[in-house]
Amino acid sequence: MSDLAVDVERLSLTIEIGNMPVCVHATDPNFLDLLQERYAGFVSSSAQAEIDFDVELTPLRFANPDAPVRVAQHGGRWTLERGDFFAEWEPGKRRGWIRQTANPYSIDAALRIVHTLVLARQGGFLLHSASAIRNGKAFLFAGVSEAGKTTISRLAPPDVTLLTDEISYVRKNDAGYVAFGTPFTGELARLGENVSAPVACLYLLAKGRENRIDPIPPGEATRALLANLLFFAEDEELVQATFHAAFEFVSRVPVFRLTFVPDPRVWELIG
Amino acid sequence: MSKLYVARSLRVAARGLDGEMMIMSGRDSTLFTLNRTATILWQAADGITPLDEIVQQQICVKFEVEPTVALQDAESLARQLAGHEILQISDQPIQQPTLAAGESR
Repeated sequence: MSDLAVDVERLSLTIEIGNMPVCVHATDPNFLDLLQERYAGFVSSSAQAEIDFDVELTPLRFANPDAPVRVAQHGGRWTLERGDFFAEWEPGKRRGWIRQTANPYSIDAALRIVHTLVLARQGGFLLHSASAIRNGKAFLFAGVSEAGKTTISRLAPPDVTLLTDEISYVRKNDAGYVAFGTPFTGELARLGENVSAPVACLYLLAKGRENRIDPIPPGEATRALLANLLFFAEDEELVQATFHAAFEFVSRVPVFRLTFVPDPRVWELIG
Repeated sequence: MSKLYVARSLRVAARGLDGEMMIMSGRDSTLFTLNRTATILWQAADGITPLDEIVQQQICVKFEVEPTVALQDAESLARQLAGHEILQISDQPIQQPTLAAGESR
């Protein structure tokens, strides 16, 4: 049998988001080209990946990417499941694998989930928010769909560096919190810049008849933050870690309500 | 009438902020915000003190309320919270590891 065995060349691509390199291995060069294009700006030459992910491509079949995500841990192994993919990840071994068709969306969802799990243990999180850097400081603009994340991103003047119009990447460090650019896009369909800056404040977006910034009580700020966190795992320990991370964030980062009209002048209030 | 004992569930995350308690279910991530009375009940729910004593010592002294009415309301609330699995109720004292009042793991 061994004479008949064919060595299949394993190709790889490292995608580095939030300073965490994930090396994706696959046998199909066209699929890696797809990822190279999808994650342009986030492809890294880092030799030491935090996680190695093997991609097993399956033939086209009916799959529902809107099916509920299921993320659970058993014996140190995470299983990630949606209608269009199935993945496993063992943090202890820094290895995982995903079975999916040759599309960039399934692995994108898996990467988001893995990042939320890693960040949850470190006091960070992914947040439904646009984010941008101005004058060396990062500003987060959180809100549900239609709250104005894409609008505020589109209105940003040229001196603003967009980190994302959809999902912000927030890491905790000794000095506070840092926001990183992400390739996770919303309606704007424009990748964020792969840069980072300390978080100056979080704005909760509200569309209104004037541009104004109002303080909000810590309880309301915490509830709003929790409502906008991306979190998928059915895991009590991580739920509790994420809950406490939200309180910690609100205790250290100012949170305001930003009411705005869809007009570039809103950026006169920011920075 | 038998005594009712109440204890905070260990399967939740809880924090007090501005006098109100926020509790997240570890099971399904549902977030609950307790009002002032419910917060008092939650904080006093040590599994050992019967509910009628909690109502007498903690609620009736802070709010002008008839003890029997307060106890009925507290029982109803305790059963609601137990339905969401953020509080345990029993007709026997509930033994639990020691936790700081109102805080969770």
